Amino acid sequence: MTVGTEKNVRDVEVIGRVHSTESFGTVDGPGTRFVVFCQGCPMRCQYCHNPDTWEFARADGTGPGTSVTVGELLERYERNRPFYRTGGITVTGGEPMAQPDFVAALFRAAHAAPAGRIHTCLDTSGATYSAAGAARFSALLDATDMVLLDIKTSDPARHEELCGLPASHALELGDELARRRIPTLIRHVVVPGITDSEEEVAAVGRIIGNWDNVVGLDLLPYHTMGKPKYEKLGLEYPLKGVPAMKPARAKELRQVALAARAARRAERGR
Amino acid sequence: MSQEAWQGFVGGNWEHEIDVRDFIQKNYTPYDGDESFLAGPTENTTKLWDEVMDLFQQERDAGGVLDMDTDLVSTIISHPAGYIDQPLEKIVGLQTEKPLKRALMVNGGIRMAVAACKQNGYEVDPEIVNIYTNYRKTHNAGVFDCYTPEMRACRHSHIITGLPDAYGRGRIIGDYRRVALYGVDRLIEEKKAEHAGTQKTMNEATIRHREELAEQIRALQELAQLGKIYGFDISRPAASFQEAVQWLYFGYLAAVKEQNGAAMSIGRNSTFLDIYAERDLRNGVITEAEAQEIIDHLVMKLRMVKFARTPEYNELFSGDPQWVTESIGGMGVDGRSMVTKTAFRYLHTLENMGTSPEPNLTVLWSTRLPEAFKRYCAKISITTSSIQYENDDLMRVYHGDDYAIACCVSSMRIGKEMQFFGARANLAKCLLYAINGGRDEKTGEQVGPKFRPVEGDYLDYDDVVSKYRDMMQWLAEVYVNSLNIIHYMHDKYCYERLQMALHDEHVHRWFATGIAGLSVVADSLSAIKYAKVKVVRDETGLVTDYQVEGDFPKYGNDDDRVDQIAHDVVEVFMKYVRETDTYRNSVPTTSILTITSNVVYGNATGNTPDGRRAGEPFAPGANPMHRRDTHGAVASLASVAKLPFKDAQDGISNTFSIVPNALGKDAAVMFDELDLDALGVDIQIENPAPDCGCC
Repeated sequence: MTVGTEKNVRDVEVIGRVHSTESFGTVDGPGTRFVVFCQGCPMRCQYCHNPDTWEFARADGTGPGTSVTVGELLERYERNRPFYRTGGITVTGGEPMAQPDFVAALFRAAHAAPAGRIHTCLDTSGATYSAAGAARFSALLDATDMVLLDIKTSDPARHEELCGLPASHALELGDELARRRIPTLIRHVVVPGITDSEEEVAAVGRIIGNWDNVVGLDLLPYHTMGKPKYEKLGLEYPLKGVPAMKPARAKELRQVALAARAARRAERGR
Repeated sequence: MSQEAWQGFVGGNWEHEIDVRDFIQKNYTPYDGDESFLAGPTENTTKLWDEVMDLFQQERDAGGVLDMDTDLVSTIISHPAGYIDQPLEKIVGLQTEKPLKRALMVNGGIRMAVAACKQNGYEVDPEIVNIYTNYRKTHNAGVFDCYTPEMRACRHSHIITGLPDAYGRGRIIGDYRRVALYGVDRLIEEKKAEHAGTQKTMNEATIRHREELAEQIRALQELAQLGKIYGFDISRPAASFQEAVQWLYFGYLAAVKEQNGAAMSIGRNSTFLDIYAERDLRNGVITEAEAQEIIDHLVMKLRMVKFARTPEYNELFSGDPQWVTESIGGMGVDGRSMVTKTAFRYLHTLENMGTSPEPNLTVLWSTRLPEAFKRYCAKISITTSSIQYENDDLMRVYHGDDYAIACCVSSMRIGKEMQFFGARANLAKCLLYAINGGRDEKTGEQVGPKFRPVEGDYLDYDDVVSKYRDMMQWLAEVYVNSLNIIHYMHDKYCYERLQMALHDEHVHRWFATGIAGLSVVADSLSAIKYAKVKVVRDETGLVTDYQVEGDFPKYGNDDDRVDQIAHDVVEVFMKYVRETDTYRNSVPTTSILTITSNVVYGNATGNTPDGRRAGEPFAPGANPMHRRDTHGAVASLASVAKLPFKDAQDGISNTFSIVPNALGKDAAVMFDELDLDALGVDIQIENPAPDCGCC
C-alpha cells in the first residue's frame, strides 16, 4: 500500500514504458501468464533476441515504446483472468529493473487485485541492481513472488564484452534474492563457442550452489530467430556465423552444471 | 432373455422404455484414478494391426484406393461376411467382403458414384448406371429438378458452397447403444408400435412419417440379418462386454454400409460400454487385457471405414475424412464425472496402435473433470496430437449429459436430435456483392439482386452496413431455400433409415447453416469504420480492389471495437435465416467452422476491403486472419469467445496451432523442490474450439 506519503500516487496510476504485452506467455514463469515487455535495457548482450526493446524512451515521452498505467495493464489481465488461473503476471524486457517503481506498483496492485491475488514474476538480468543501491529495489522485491534471473556468463573477465556491463549486478542481486528467499529460476543462454564450455557451465553451477532459493536451472540453447529483428532495425548482427545450439547438447551441459551445483552445496553442508 | 442379459444392472425407467441415458446414470461407475491400470496391446492386437498397416500401405501404393465395388449396390445385407484375419478378431464386420474395398453407394447421386469409380480407375456396371439414371431417381437428380436459376447461379459463383446436393449429408448419429442394450427385436417392437400409432389423418406429413417408420423397421430387420451373416444373434440384448461392443458396432456398420455421409459419427459410447466392462471384470469373465483388446479391435475397425469419393470432394474436405467422432468424458448434470475406465481405454488405443486421425476421439472437456484424466489427456495429446477437445461446460447447458458430437463440433442429444447439414454461405463475398449491387466481383455477372451499388471513391460505414444487411437478407433466403430442397430430396431418395431407426419417433431437427469468411468481414467493416477505404473500379464500374489508408482494429486482439462487429454479423445473419421457413419445422442454427474448405472459399473470393488479396485463403472457422492477431493466443481466443453461441449452436471453431516449445517448459527445467502443479498448462476456451476438416 502506498498511501502515507504525499509524493505517492495510487499504484494503478503509475506509468511505465512498455514495448508490448503477450496474452499467452507459457515460457516466462509457471503456468499461463500475462507478460509485460518493458521498453529499454542498459545491457547489449550479443545474443539478445529482442534488440527492439533496447532503446529507452526519451524524457519527453517520445521514442520507442508506449506509456501505459498499471491500471491499464491490470485491466488487460482481468479481461482474461480465467486463462491465468495457474499462472500470473510476468514482467520482462527490456530490463524491468530499469523501471523499479513502476514494476513495484504493478506487482503491489497485482497482489491487491480485487478479484484475487495475482502471482508476480520478475524476469531480469539485474542490470541496474547493486548491493549499494539496494534500497531503490526494496519495494519491488517485497512484491515479487518469483524471479527468473539471467546469468550471462560465469566468467567476470568476459562479462562486459559479452553484455556491455560487469557481472557484479546479477551476482549481487542473486545474493539479495537468496537472503530474501525468493524462489528463483536461473537462466543461462548457451552459445556455441562462447558460453558452452563445460568449465563455464560448471562455474554457473557453483555460483547457484551458493543460493538456496534457486528452484530451477534453464539452460537455453542459443537460436538465431532474433536475426531478422537486427536487419529490420539496421543493426549489425554481432554473432554472425555462430550456429544455433543443439538442444541435446544443452541438456548434457545442464547435467554438468547440476553436478557442480551439488558439489558446491555439499561443500556448504547443504 | 432380457432378464439374463441385464443381470446385475440396476433397474429403472430404461427397462420399460427406450431410455439409454437412464440406464447409464443408474449403472455407471465414475473413475477418478490414473492410467496405471491400463494394459498394453495383446499379441493378437499387434499382429492384426500390423496386417491392417500393411493393407493401408497397399492402399497407398495403389494410389489411394485398394479395391472398389462396381456392380453391387451396397445395402445393410448386400455383402457376405468380411474379415481381416478372422481367428484374431475380437470384433468383426467390414463394409464389404474384404478389407478396405470401397462399397458402391448410389442413392446420393449416380454421377458422383460413377465419377468416384472412374477417377480411381474403375467403371460402374452400365446396367447399374442405367437403372439409377432411367428407373430409380437419386437425391442429386431430385435436387436439380427443383433448383431455381438463382440457386444455380449462387452455387456457380460460390457465394454458397459445399452444398450436400450430390453427396450424403451425414451428421446424423444413430443411438447405436440401443442395439446392445435392447437387442434388435425390442427395437422393432417399439417401432411397430409407433407405426401403429400414426393412423389418423392421412395428410402428407403423416404419410411420410408412416413410410419412414416402415423403412426404419425394414432396416432393423436387415440389421438383425447382418448379425446373422457374421454368426451373431443380435435380435437379443448383448450379454457381455464383448457382445455389447460387437452389437453396437453392427449398428454403426449397418449405417456406413448404406450411407456415405459427410460425417458418420458414432456417438458417445465409453460410459455406456464401461458398465458392461465393469460387470464382466467383476464377475471374472474378462481381464483388463481382454477389455482393452476388445476396445482396440473396435477402434481398429473404425480406422478402416472408407468411402468411394471423388478428388473434388477430397479437395473440399482436405483428405478423405470419415469423421467417425467418438465423444468421451464430460460431466453429468448431477455433478458426477462421466469419465470411466473405458474412457481411458479409448484414449489408450492411441498408445497401443499408434496415432490416427480416425476415429476422431473427442474429449468433452470440463474444468471439473478428474485431475488424473486431464493429465492423461494432456499426456496423450502431447505424444500423439490425436485428441480433439470440446467445451462440455458450455454445451451441457444446452444439451444435457447425453449428447454427442457429429463431425467436428455439432452437438446433438443422442437418439433425440438430428440435423440437416448445410455447408455454408460466404459472407465475405456477400459483402462484395453489397458493395457492387449484386454483381459478382470476379465475373461482373449479376448474381444477386440488382440493388444500388456504392457510389463515390470512399466507402461509408453506415452506407455499406445498410447495403450489407439487405444483401445478407437475400443470401439467407436463397441459402435456406436451397437447403430446403436438398433435405427434402435427401429424405425422399437417400433416407438414413437405419440411423433414424435408432432415434425416438419424434426427433428434434436442427437446420444447420454455416458461414465462412467471418474474420474477413469483421476486419473489412472495421477498416471502413476506423480507417479510410478507397475503392478501385474497373471500366464497367465494378469495384475490384480497395486501398486502405490508415490502421484499424483487427479481429483477434480482444478489441471490442471490431469484435462487436463480428458478433453483430453473426447475429444479423442468423436473424435473417430464422425469418425464412425451414424444411420440416427444423430449428435454424449456424456454425462458424470452416477448417480446410476456407482455402476453397478464399480462392473464389475477390479482393476485400481489409486488404486481403483475391484468392487468398480465409482464416479457418472463427479464427482471426493470418498474422493479424498480434497480442498472443489468449487475446485471440478472447475475440473468438465473444461470438454468440446462442446463434451459432452448431459450433464455433478456432484452429489453434502452436509449436510445442511455445506451450511451456518441460518439467526438466525445475529441480524437484517446486510444486510442478504450478507449471501445468491449462487452456480454457469459452467456445468449443476444435479442429475439423469436414467443414
